[in-house]
Amino acid sequence: MRELLPHAVSNGSKQRLAFSIFGILTASTIAHAAQIGKISETSWTEQALDFLSLEEPVVRTAVLGTLIIGFCCGVLGSFLVVRKLSLLGDTLSHAVLPGVALGFLWNASKDPWAIFIGATAAGILGVALVGWIKQTTHLKEDSAMGMVLAGFYGLGICMTTMIQNMAMGNKSGLDKFFFGQAAALSSGDIQLLGIISLITVVLVLIFYKEFIAISFDTGFAQAIGMPVQVLHYALMALLTFAVVVSLQAVGVVLVSALLITPAAAAFLLTDRMHWMLILAAGFGMLSGVLGAFISYLSNNLPTGPLIVLGATLIFVLALFFGPRHGFLTKTLRRKRQRQRIALENTLKSIFYLCENSDFERREFVVAELAVERNSNLPATEREILNLVEADMAEWIVDSNTPSMSGQARFRLSKEGWYRACEIVRNHRLWELYLTSAASYESDHVHDDAEEIEHLIGEGIVKRLEDRLQNPIHDPHGRLIPRRDQVIA
Amino acid sequence: MPLAQTDAESKKIAPPLEIHDLTVAYTKRPVLYGIDLEIPKGSIVGIVGPNGAGKSTLIKSVMGLLPSASGWVKVFGKPFKQAVTRVGYVPQRESVDWDFPVNALDVVLMGRYGRLGPFKRPNKSDKNIAMACLEKVRMAPYAKRQISNLSGGQQQRVFLARALAQESDLYLMDEPFVGVDAATESAIIEILRELQTQGKTLIVVHHDLTTAPDYFDRILLLNMRVVAYGNTKDVFTFENLQNAYGGRLSILSEVALSRARKKAEGDTPEDSLR
Repeated sequence: MRELLPHAVSNGSKQRLAFSIFGILTASTIAHAAQIGKISETSWTEQALDFLSLEEPVVRTAVLGTLIIGFCCGVLGSFLVVRKLSLLGDTLSHAVLPGVALGFLWNASKDPWAIFIGATAAGILGVALVGWIKQTTHLKEDSAMGMVLAGFYGLGICMTTMIQNMAMGNKSGLDKFFFGQAAALSSGDIQLLGIISLITVVLVLIFYKEFIAISFDTGFAQAIGMPVQVLHYALMALLTFAVVVSLQAVGVVLVSALLITPAAAAFLLTDRMHWMLILAAGFGMLSGVLGAFISYLSNNLPTGPLIVLGATLIFVLALFFGPRHGFLTKTLRRKRQRQRIALENTLKSIFYLCENSDFERREFVVAELAVERNSNLPATEREILNLVEADMAEWIVDSNTPSMSGQARFRLSKEGWYRACEIVRNHRLWELYLTSAASYESDHVHDDAEEIEHLIGEGIVKRLEDRLQNPIHDPHGRLIPRRDQVIA
Repeated sequence: MPLAQTDAESKKIAPPLEIHDLTVAYTKRPVLYGIDLEIPKGSIVGIVGPNGAGKSTLIKSVMGLLPSASGWVKVFGKPFKQAVTRVGYVPQRESVDWDFPVNALDVVLMGRYGRLGPFKRPNKSDKNIAMACLEKVRMAPYAKRQISNLSGGQQQRVFLARALAQESDLYLMDEPFVGVDAATESAIIEILRELQTQGKTLIVVHHDLTTAPDYFDRILLLNMRVVAYGNTKDVFTFENLQNAYGGRLSILSEVALSRARKKAEGDTPEDSLR
């Protein structure tokens, strides 16, 4: 098939020309380049080095092409994701198909511009139809998108099949058209890609505030005099451009994934729009190159699915390791908080021990703490070990220390003592606040204070102290410790 | 003589909003019929009516967000498009996706976009104005907060701040009191009063009959047509409300209404005896 294409062109046979409608989308002008990696005997690592050296023009073209495609799709896809129009990416990629066929039929040659214009016209027609259905019926946008997607795709398949039947019916180009082949990009395609990405960047920069405004609040944008319809269709035109130029590298089915997935990953990582655009562009480029690279190494896997898998991998990483919303990050944060609360509870118990001795004693044995905490010896010892690790307590080792378990002595460090005072202060302040300001009964407040003592920060403590006029005793008549007055 | 002059001048000044025979239709079924309306400068007008009465539709079609089937709208004597910067808008809070990746300050800055026009980006002074507007609604500490992390009342204040940043003369507000806490409600009404003293005109879609007579000095009772319009005291009568709400007025809301009506008439001893 790969070898056949140049003949199809050179023979000039009408039938073969007609057949090469798929060729334009796959092999383009460099017929031998349907795959990036040439089948060779060299090892895996050598191939990787070959790719990374960018010496082969085919590799350079493929890398450049996937970079630009990833960039455009990431930026424009972000607008789809925040506008909840993700399905529109799919609609567009399928709707351009009849346009591709018409563009080819127009002069029966594989002029990239004819196909580009045909595809863009079909894409914009599709989007306009979605808008029209939404406006004139009470059908919602998702139904309109689904219908237009399927209708145009059906029409496109019929047209391409007819063209194919006019030719010799060889279907071997079809899979590449569906799944994409970055190596099929020609230098002419790269020029087109470059122009499109330049237009995209310039327009998004110039109309950044307009695009944000119509995406966030269309009604308001219109009310302040923005030409909402024009801006919407400008954005849709840019999207169509991106989809059309991405088709041959990624394939019709997966273009939408390249629009959505990097943008979705970026959405998980940031809550500012400009960062989302930058991250999505970066993720798009990364997955593009990743896809091209693995495609080169594997020799026969198509680029499109690999690019999409790369993007999906990035999304999964963002899902798990995102600094704010990532699953693992959240779990870790929760675990750390549990550890902190456990630590603070131990400190509080040691404070009580100290208080029970009228602040006479400062050294205690593990067994005493175990009784106070209503816990067993090994668990208590672990808790003290945690305190020691956090530099909040220290073991007292001298010749008198018996080696018997439970009799090991320890005391709080200065830092530990401060922290213990803080926790007890928080607890007692909150109890006092609940009883005096929120008129709780004094025997109802302990459990609530147990939770709150770990959560309130300096700001709230200050406000509580002001509100309660720097109290000295809690509702149970015990002293409220203060950080600046060290009791012991 | 000077008196006469000022009189003549005030006559020349076009009203903030004039609507003539406005009819709006959704897919051929009219929602608003022949609306005639003139809003005087410096008034707070409440648009009150049952669900589906076309309250939001009315203010949306004033701004051209919905096409009108017939009639015309004039804002300060001009078609809306020529007076865009003189109109501030607070849409319904549910009309946007609050998960959108912007913070409170970003949203308020959008209020400046209309004045900026195309190709210009908000500069330092726009940001200062936006911050001052957030300050006014007591949301300055939340300026950098992503908007989904705000409570409903806070989100509504951000929307109000965005409208304030528009520095307009006529404000159209769509249900600014829906789903907000009592503190926000009183904060908003305080700001509305302040705007009024600055000579701004406010039109507020409102659903709560019990507070309506307290908040507005003029009321437009709407149910697909103008049921009654004028000073609150004259409009907020039982017959008018019965007309606007049709047979749907239950005993419960009748009681609430009569109480509200008494408030509107001024709570004189005779009233409470009645």
